[in-house]
Amino acid sequence: MKIPRQPMLHQDEHVRRANFDEVALGYTEETAKKEAERCLQCKKPLCSEGCPVGVLIPQFIKALREGDMPKAVEAMKVKNNLPAICGRVCPQESQCEGKCILGKKGEPVAIGRLERFVGDYELAHRTCPLNAAPPTGKKVAVVGTGPAGLTCAVDVAREGHTVTMFESLHGPGGVLIYGIPEFRLPKSVVHGEIDYAAKCLGIEIRSDHVIGRTITLDELLAEYDAVFLGTGAGLPSFMRIPGINLNGVMSANEFLTRVNLMKGYLFPNYDTPVKAGRKVAVIGAGNVAMDAARCSARIQHLHAQQNGTQPGEVHIVYRRSKEEIPARAEEVHHAMEEGIIFDLLTNPIEIMGDSTGKVVGMRCIRMELGEPDASGRRKPVPIAGSEFEMEVDTVIMALGTNPNPIVFVDAEGLERTKYGTAVADNDTGRTKKQRVWAGGDVVTGAATVISAMGAGKRAAADINKFLKGEAAW
Amino acid sequence: MYKILEKQVLSDVTKLMVIEAPHVAQKAKAGQFIIVRIDENGERIPLTIADFDRKAGTITIIFQEVGKSTLQLGAMKAGDSVSTFVGPLGHPTEIENFGTVVCMGGGVGIAPIYPIARALKEGGNKVISIIGARTKDLLFWEDKMKAVSDELHICTDDGSHGRKALVTEPLKEVLEDKSRAVAKVWAIGPAVMMKFVSQTTKPFGVPTIVSLNTIMIDGTGMCGGCRVLLEDGAQFVCVDGPEFDGHKVDWGNLLSRLSFYKEEEKAAVDHYKNHICNLDKAVAEGGK
Repeated sequence: MKIPRQPMLHQDEHVRRANFDEVALGYTEETAKKEAERCLQCKKPLCSEGCPVGVLIPQFIKALREGDMPKAVEAMKVKNNLPAICGRVCPQESQCEGKCILGKKGEPVAIGRLERFVGDYELAHRTCPLNAAPPTGKKVAVVGTGPAGLTCAVDVAREGHTVTMFESLHGPGGVLIYGIPEFRLPKSVVHGEIDYAAKCLGIEIRSDHVIGRTITLDELLAEYDAVFLGTGAGLPSFMRIPGINLNGVMSANEFLTRVNLMKGYLFPNYDTPVKAGRKVAVIGAGNVAMDAARCSARIQHLHAQQNGTQPGEVHIVYRRSKEEIPARAEEVHHAMEEGIIFDLLTNPIEIMGDSTGKVVGMRCIRMELGEPDASGRRKPVPIAGSEFEMEVDTVIMALGTNPNPIVFVDAEGLERTKYGTAVADNDTGRTKKQRVWAGGDVVTGAATVISAMGAGKRAAADINKFLKGEAAW
Repeated sequence: MYKILEKQVLSDVTKLMVIEAPHVAQKAKAGQFIIVRIDENGERIPLTIADFDRKAGTITIIFQEVGKSTLQLGAMKAGDSVSTFVGPLGHPTEIENFGTVVCMGGGVGIAPIYPIARALKEGGNKVISIIGARTKDLLFWEDKMKAVSDELHICTDDGSHGRKALVTEPLKEVLEDKSRAVAKVWAIGPAVMMKFVSQTTKPFGVPTIVSLNTIMIDGTGMCGGCRVLLEDGAQFVCVDGPEFDGHKVDWGNLLSRLSFYKEEEKAAVDHYKNHICNLDKAVAEGGK
């Protein structure tokens, strides 16, 4: 009999609205093995081709199926340093699982869930596979401790080079800590993966160091043989409409940083406050928008429970239709289950405030889809005369982000595009400045965790070649 | 961890601390700021750099106890440590020989205006300083300011020391005195004070630099919470500032944004004081 795709347990949608605990609960050993049985072990694995870092998928699934977990971990870590993270946040439906042959006629192997299972096993047992080679005496600086930087640092350290990582915030992890909420990616998982880098490979992490201010890129180059920039894209975009500076309008970055990094939902036990009003509008429909909306709903429910009141409303306001929503299908599904209201084909044109400067409403206009634009998606066009007002007290802008310009301070020769991203070769990560590599969102603009990891990996391979003398600059 | 090497009580609510942070001291310049976080549960608070010593690897900060975090920091002693200390952030003050300049410090703003006044004096300027506070107890560094100024005016709102006036009064007199020909004014202090200083200088057409201290989290351009409305659009105080042209700032918007978390700030102070009281009680009971 054919085995169906194994479901994963989830926290009840009504219960989870009032907590920040993880939503998806993962596989048990039994369901993981059963799901692994479904893999056809293709000779030519399309799944691996669909993965930006080329994870050895059939190999790790085979080991898992045979119950050899250390071997499964080893196969995983050949290509992926952060499986417990990727298993949770990768858009598998459009990558590995999107290519799985079983998906042609039925449901693909749940590769992401299996990856998560293997990653969690490794975190729990800390097998430290693939330890470092003997020291080479070469020094590498990795700027930014998010997915691109972590991946690059681990791959470089494994070759025996001394790696120092620089982080501007008070702790490592980048967007994995400040951006992605606890209920989607528990911080303990991120810290576990960072510990692997620090403890198994001896990578030094220097927090509270802002490149461009505390140290410049040129100063790093004087001390290190190679520098990798994985500084991400943290500069928030705001709509150019009236009212964006009113009280109650914030970037998703600010909101999520207050919630995730500073644990604002535990205020006043943690000192940083966070407000989610009675009626929240999140502008945009990417993964960040879903995260902001779902955090808002949780804070509303927590406050309602504490005060014995009714929770408010959270809206996703998006100018295109459901088909164009850029967030992962699973996240959209979770958001809908949690009661988030979707206002599609709707675009804000003005945010309105009261006499004290607080947000009280938003003027919007209905949109329709016209001809495809440069992105290949149908361009939203305003419908004349369709303006209407929405009552809101909080507006969160989740419109994408750009690289922060301060990293480029005193870094002559580091070329940038007109979008503010660093110019770097796609295959090697080499920038226009000697001995400087870059990868992840600082090069591509806001993208996914796994694509940043892929870039970190390619750059690490080239840095290793360069330091060995196998490749000249 | 960053050690507090020295603590001075400048007034009932104003404290000075010298903190060991070589990576910040190495680069610090007048006009820049740092972000400090006391412990794991703490918020990130921006504070202007009052002084620095590259050799000793130290930064001097001065703060007024107004909210939970500054109360908690104020209760710390020499030898204690804070868990986060990052900087220097923002642009340094641009110092040139402008001729005659006015340096205005209001309350805790006297601290960051001091190194600017000193640098301007060293740069060959004639420095007229005006410092003020609500009352005598909130004033400090009169001697230090005197040492770097050609002329020093002192005001208190209640007349308990110096002239009973707002700092804008002597400022207006200085500006009206044609023999002085003021080239530029710097003002650091509460937002309301900087607003009125800017309004006072505007009719005279004297460029006025203010240093804004807005609500901030990361301090590196990531959250956007510190954005300020200027005549030509919004800018981020942390990366574009902290100094701005006072004549271009939308003060109404700034003051409104500063009050956004008022309720939470009050709740945090209550929670903190309650916690301290309970601790005291527990200690007292434990001692019996």
